[in-house]
Amino acid sequence: MERFDYLVLGASHAGLEAVRAIRAHDAKGSIAILNREPVFPYSPTVLPYVVSGRSWEDRIALHDSSWFEGLHAEYRQQALATGVDTAKAVVHFADGKEIGYGKLLLATGSKPIIPPITGLDGVPYYVLRTLDDALALRKASGSAQNAVILGAGLVGMHAAENLAKRKCKVTIIEMRDQVLPGYFDAQAAALVSGVFLQNGVEVLTRQRVTGVEANGAGCLVNLEQGGQRRADLLLVATGVKPETGYLAASSVEVDRGIIVDEFMRTRAPNVWAAGDVVQTRSFFGDTTPAGGILPDAVEQGRTAGMDMAGDPAATPYPGGIPLNTYNFFGSRALSVGRQAPADAGDDWEVLSRSGEDARTGRTHYLKIVLREGRLQGIFSIDVLFDPGIMWELILRQTDLGELRQQLLNNPQDTGRALMSGLWR
Amino acid sequence: MSATNTIAFKAELCNGCGDCMAACTSAKSIDGAAAQSRIQIVANPLNDSWELALCRQCGDPRCVADCPAAALSKDADDGVVAWNADKCVNCLLCTAGCVYGGIAFSTAAGHVVKCDQCAGDPQCVKTCPTGALRYLTSARIYNRVGDLEDLFVPGLGGCQGCNTEIIMRHTLRRVGPNTVLATPPGCIPGMGSVGYNGMAGTKVPVFHPLLTNTASMLTGIRRQYKRKGRNVTAMALAGDGGTVDVGFQSLSGAAERGEEILFICVDNEGYMNTGAQRSGSTPFGAWTATTPVGGKSQGKGREAKNMPLLMMMHRCEYVATASTAYMEDLYDKLEKALAASERGFAYLHIYSPCTSGWRFPAHKNIEVARKAVESNFAILWEYQPDQGMRLSRPINDPVPVTEYLKLLGKFKHLDAQQIQHIQAHVVEQAQMIRELAGIGKGVERAAPIGPVGAGTARAVDQDRLSR
Repeated sequence: MERFDYLVLGASHAGLEAVRAIRAHDAKGSIAILNREPVFPYSPTVLPYVVSGRSWEDRIALHDSSWFEGLHAEYRQQALATGVDTAKAVVHFADGKEIGYGKLLLATGSKPIIPPITGLDGVPYYVLRTLDDALALRKASGSAQNAVILGAGLVGMHAAENLAKRKCKVTIIEMRDQVLPGYFDAQAAALVSGVFLQNGVEVLTRQRVTGVEANGAGCLVNLEQGGQRRADLLLVATGVKPETGYLAASSVEVDRGIIVDEFMRTRAPNVWAAGDVVQTRSFFGDTTPAGGILPDAVEQGRTAGMDMAGDPAATPYPGGIPLNTYNFFGSRALSVGRQAPADAGDDWEVLSRSGEDARTGRTHYLKIVLREGRLQGIFSIDVLFDPGIMWELILRQTDLGELRQQLLNNPQDTGRALMSGLWR
Repeated sequence: MSATNTIAFKAELCNGCGDCMAACTSAKSIDGAAAQSRIQIVANPLNDSWELALCRQCGDPRCVADCPAAALSKDADDGVVAWNADKCVNCLLCTAGCVYGGIAFSTAAGHVVKCDQCAGDPQCVKTCPTGALRYLTSARIYNRVGDLEDLFVPGLGGCQGCNTEIIMRHTLRRVGPNTVLATPPGCIPGMGSVGYNGMAGTKVPVFHPLLTNTASMLTGIRRQYKRKGRNVTAMALAGDGGTVDVGFQSLSGAAERGEEILFICVDNEGYMNTGAQRSGSTPFGAWTATTPVGGKSQGKGREAKNMPLLMMMHRCEYVATASTAYMEDLYDKLEKALAASERGFAYLHIYSPCTSGWRFPAHKNIEVARKAVESNFAILWEYQPDQGMRLSRPINDPVPVTEYLKLLGKFKHLDAQQIQHIQAHVVEQAQMIRELAGIGKGVERAAPIGPVGAGTARAVDQDRLSR
């Protein structure tokens, strides 16, 4: 039986970063990284842009074979894991193969959540998680006249914009009371919605779908609050969940995702997990949603890889911080961190400003959330700042002291000055 | 993987003039549309200083790892993190990966922009009038010699922060295995060059001559090997005691005879391994164990011998002074000295600030070495018989010598008169060297070495003020 010192399942950001981190410390150990897809590794995050035509399937590969050769890592495609035997340290694959491991990283990402909507399994619908999904959706988008999108997260919003630009009549249906929930507050979300409305997109929030029924080549979507929408393209974008089916019979513990400690170790011996497949702890130690963030997946992959290789420089993963950078209809929405809770005490402080951009006529918006003078979150529409710097300021729990107002007035320069000073 | 160049920023020299940003905008603008400067200087709201936002061209770039579209990549050769317009999808996730503000969205361009170091000729650095920005190219040394074998054993026992280990390892690594090495009594054998417990400290033949006879012994070795038909580099790594004082007789003789020897003096201005006694190389005013401070004695009462000038007067095949604060220059001189030692006597004088004997913090060694040069306390030059003396960097606009003296505990006791004496001596030495360099064709060839010299920068600044 084949065996590798390090076996990595999944070849997106977390898996790739782990391979790099392992090799940075262990020059000799054998590494294999396995992709269940039949192509070079790509990022699910790029797929909305493949649908829109901004990117193309032949240029999204994150790495080609030369990168893996450079790291002396074995890269394989179409390797779908079906089971993990942690007692024997063996992974089983769909093609009947078995591969043994010294240390195993599970970085198998996530898959779309399909909501339990009556009739959904009887009609054609699209999801967006794989390249095949993207190509199918791109093809369908070309001819769609009426589209319904379930879910106003990033995938749904991207698709809506793209379809609207193709003169398709689009309806977004979101169960919660705003678009982009979890990233932006109601005020910012309303600004985003407003731009979509201006561009002819119907945005229905606090709205559930009671059922869908076939209608010619498409379907009819029935709304809880009455009415229905016709769709020749139905996109289900109601979120993702960890891809853990192959772990059912294993000793790897799974809750909402794989349970890991601060070095991304699972509770099974010699098994680590990173990226969307894990149940990510919030940096804030509260119920702030965590996980599903690309830069977080990279952090986790590096932490796991360093720990697997025994790199003494490995530091604990600090926990996830929500982060979003989002371009829509020529505007930019940025969010880093958390909002103040509804029952925030007087140790919390929320500063915000908004105004109209004379050139574009759009409203810009900036909100800063502080607790005990330390940055908790910063959110903007068309006000630029450096998300990486804000992320670091949150992680360091830097006391902003007298700089609150300056940060609100000019978050980009203030953040830069502060961070540059802290680096020295 | 190769080492790469970098743009360094010294905040304390920045005056916020913004010339770098203007230069960048001008360099990156296409068709008249003003580009967003890739370098951003911002005022620190907490104090009077200026801060920097600029791509660091990280070795392990987070922006690249965070890019879902493979639009960013790190060039393995020049180290620049490159942005690919055809692949970028404008998602801005790269900006979440950067903690330096080094990649940022430009409203004018409609996409992220970042520094590309202007293909090895960064315009911001060229424009900086204060020397706050410098383009550090010393990485090329690593690329050139990184694969050469280190011929000293691991674990040389130097004092914390001492640059002698750097000098030992770099020089022997470059000079190579076809060498017989002499390390006369001093710090260098004390650090383990001759070995312990019957094991040699080097991977080349090494011996421990007397303090007095290093050059004589190397003479015999070189000649004997030559007689046997073998071309072996005869090299000395000696301290200033074994060079300037008691080693001088044999050294002078060998130089005068034109023996084919590479003699490197590691000058820490005293007998530092035996408790910091004064040597002929100890400068005026310095505290040593034998020139104490207290009562009538206020440090050394005599000037140091200018040993490299004495060696130049021997018309050696090559003579140069070098500093570990200027490694590119040191390497250039080492190359020349090595080549010259095939033809005759080559003498390299390297300044070696002594953390323990000179009394300064262990992490300040290179800074002390640099200040010595910037203040003209240690002037960098080289001499070749057919070309005369050549200055390695401009000496006309030094920082006050107090900038150097104040770093060192051994000068802590100096009174105003002593400082004035030292400053006058530095000026006198500089004038003598300037005139010596002027005799040859040296002066007009003198160009700044390595990073742009602070002297040049100040000259420009003064020029501005007078206008």
